[in-house]
Amino acid sequence: MSSETITNGWELVIGLEVHCQLKTRSKIFCGCATSFGDAPNANTCPVCLGLPGALPVLNAHAVELATRASIALGCTVHETSIFARKNYFYPDLPKGYQISQFDRPLATAGAIVVGVQPDGTPRVIRVHRVHMEEDAGKSVHDRFADMSAIDLNRAGTPLVEIVSEPDIRSAAEAGAYARRMKQILEYADVSDANMEEGSLRVDVNISVRRHGDAALGTKTEIKNLNSFSAIERAVEIEYARQCRVLTEGGVVEQQTMLYDDKRNEVRPARSKEGSHDYRYFPDPDLPPLRLPSAFIKHQADALPELPPARRSRFAAQYGLPENDVEQLLATRELADRFEAVASASGDAKRAANWMLGTVLASVNASGLALSAHPVSVDRLAALIKLEVAGDVSNTAARQLFAMLEQQDGEPLEVARAAGLLQVRDDGALVGWIDEVLAENPAEAARFLGGEKKLQGVLVGLVMKKSKGAADPKKVNQLLAARAG
Amino acid sequence: MSSPAWFERLRAHTVDDAWRTYDAVQAGPEGLNAFLAVDRSARGADTGRLAGIPVAVKDNLATLGLPTTCASRVLAGYMSPFEATAVRRLREAGAAVIGKTNMDEFAMGSSNENSAFGPVRNPLDRERVPGGSSGGSAAAVASGVVRIALGSETGGSVRQPASFCGIVGIKPTYGRVSRYGLVAYASSLDNVGVFGASVAEAALGLEIIAGHDRFDATSAAVTVPDLTVATTVSTEARPLAGLVVGRPVEYFPASLDARIAEQCERALQLLRDLGAEVRDVSLPSTELAIPVYYIIAPAEASSNLARYDGVRFGVRAAADDLGSMYERTRSGGFGDEVTRRILLGTYVLSAGYYDAYYRRAQAVRTLITQEFAQVFASGVHVLFTPTAPTTAFRLGEVSDPYEMYLSDIFTVTANLAGVPAMSQPIGTVDGLPVGGQLMAPHFGEATMLRVAAALEHAQRAGGMS
Repeated sequence: MSSETITNGWELVIGLEVHCQLKTRSKIFCGCATSFGDAPNANTCPVCLGLPGALPVLNAHAVELATRASIALGCTVHETSIFARKNYFYPDLPKGYQISQFDRPLATAGAIVVGVQPDGTPRVIRVHRVHMEEDAGKSVHDRFADMSAIDLNRAGTPLVEIVSEPDIRSAAEAGAYARRMKQILEYADVSDANMEEGSLRVDVNISVRRHGDAALGTKTEIKNLNSFSAIERAVEIEYARQCRVLTEGGVVEQQTMLYDDKRNEVRPARSKEGSHDYRYFPDPDLPPLRLPSAFIKHQADALPELPPARRSRFAAQYGLPENDVEQLLATRELADRFEAVASASGDAKRAANWMLGTVLASVNASGLALSAHPVSVDRLAALIKLEVAGDVSNTAARQLFAMLEQQDGEPLEVARAAGLLQVRDDGALVGWIDEVLAENPAEAARFLGGEKKLQGVLVGLVMKKSKGAADPKKVNQLLAARAG
Repeated sequence: MSSPAWFERLRAHTVDDAWRTYDAVQAGPEGLNAFLAVDRSARGADTGRLAGIPVAVKDNLATLGLPTTCASRVLAGYMSPFEATAVRRLREAGAAVIGKTNMDEFAMGSSNENSAFGPVRNPLDRERVPGGSSGGSAAAVASGVVRIALGSETGGSVRQPASFCGIVGIKPTYGRVSRYGLVAYASSLDNVGVFGASVAEAALGLEIIAGHDRFDATSAAVTVPDLTVATTVSTEARPLAGLVVGRPVEYFPASLDARIAEQCERALQLLRDLGAEVRDVSLPSTELAIPVYYIIAPAEASSNLARYDGVRFGVRAAADDLGSMYERTRSGGFGDEVTRRILLGTYVLSAGYYDAYYRRAQAVRTLITQEFAQVFASGVHVLFTPTAPTTAFRLGEVSDPYEMYLSDIFTVTANLAGVPAMSQPIGTVDGLPVGGQLMAPHFGEATMLRVAAALEHAQRAGGMS
């Protein structure tokens, strides 16, 4: 049976748990650096090592960023939230418990719009809660023979966990939710939100039920998803697997699954999780977190324009097609740069075309960050102005862009030096036209005799003679005038 | 201004005196066993309020240069890379930290018989226990090795041994002294406490270690009053005139040892003689304090002691896989009482039992705290009670854990409510000391110590040894 047949009649129900690393310089409960890639256990101290007698002290900046993230996701931030201990034994969990939040999270009840429904209304996925917690360390199993090693540099890194309601109904929606989430967190400037580097980690809870059933089926949780497409592929595989199990009369077992990117398969995790009793209780080392409403408002005011607002504004203000808007919004940096180019050049449509076409291709090819790209906002805007004014042709503009990638200088000067400026001077153009007509007497006679369809051929010859520098519009005008 | 007599006595007791006494009381099979490690090179500083004065520190306070074992096999030989704030403040005041004192393992016990390194003997009667869990520090002060020592309190672990050893012991307000570097037993109840040979000496020790610490989020940003001034007894005939001492009737049950009750009544009469009004008050939820304590404290302990897993520090048992490494390390590393409390705490936090035990215990704890607040709001300045229901018992005499738990019946309430409390000697029964307890509102240490000093002064004037 094909996977499409097997899923007939089964509704897919998905909820996402996203762990997002907050962009702080130091850890959530101590002063150790959160930097990435240092020697193992270099960034540790008695607190994040869980040594006897050490105590956690909450990082105020982590609270600011977590609050901003919550507001950006449309959540209500609570004036009182409580840190709780999640107790379990694991070698990379130094204290034998993780400090997290449990029944009194930082924020609840948000929403993310992931697209438009067939009836034109927005498709909304609700955010159940956002809570703060510390990350665990890393177990390293492949470095020493017969031994596991532990690197606690990551232990104590501040995270927010963002839990959705089970509102997601397809693999594509799961991907869209995760992409929109990343976009919002990035815009809010609270996280690098990079899935490959692990600053954004997504776990998918997935179950199926008969269409029309109210009760949820037994869920499995898929971990180890390190890209958006991995989320979508893993969901499709697990959806089909659960449907097959149920169709064949079996039961779905509640378990943790791992997605194997290389083999594109989902398989049960070796250690059985999910049966844990975490024995949550309020952490007596940390007083309840109290956030005055003025603090919460201040964090809201500190947020930049977020993707949903920008999406509507770009469409309205610049008249850009939906697809272009979506692509421009992909990162805050791209959208900001587009706006700067649009404003400096005075032509938003061309600015969008340049940014999404040539500029992105160049950035991808060079591996340079957008901010470090040699064709600065001002130079790109100047180039667009030359193109709009007809001083350079579309083809020459692309050549000019390539030159600007390699050299400094004002676009106008570079174009002039390279002979890319279009020749619009009547004298020069008439000279070329005369030469072409003289060199092609038969065609000249037929054209001047009224055979107007030959004009295109003659324009081409003039362009060739001018080595592309002639302004084709002017050449056309002059030739047409000759023909009378 | 000349120094008061107590300060001259404190300053006259040098490090050399400490070692002379130490060598005498620790020696032989009947030795006190009050210390787990010593630093014979400690001299302290030339300046500071405790310049050159020898002090001892309970072994659950992290120290540089001396092991910190909590009297547990699981931490045998453990050297902390950092120092507890309270210890650092003692050193900054010039004190010579001469050693780490024996204790019940991880501060769990009321007799000091739960030490992995053997029990401590009571200096006043070597067949008897010094009380616990800070038994080593209490014995160190009572035997005269030092005049000031640090202990810790979770349910009475300073006051009860102070009572058993005939010295002064203070449990400050929760948050008054930083817990940074105090190895956690039950974090919401744990306090660093102070023993002293007199009220003024204990008060000086407290004043030095008290005050806000940015490394402890539960430490309070409350100004520390001048406690030395508070313990200076005025020369008036009735120095406590206008002061109301509450006598909570629940702490004087019919079952209370009549001889202990009599000592308490004598002390209350002295307080009246000093000008105080003694008023009967009621703290009705007192009888629930022990069950509440033995839910909350083990619950927190089960989590706090999870870090002794053999992975990063301390003792690790050899095993073939992770699960058995944990099991062997912890089974072999912890003694019976610690194991019992970890299991109890794990149970009360488990899914399905949390509401019945932990949540309900927290609700009763709130009630107990409110009852204290109401009594203090009614015009009562301090409360007076017996510290413990018995005098020091014989080594091995109390073997039933629940009977042992009842030893803290009058002390756990102050830990649950977070209020300051202290014990001071008020008399003897059959030659063994009896302690009287004072309790005060949050951050009311100055008033509590003023009453304690006046009572101590009156007792000495009256000829009490």
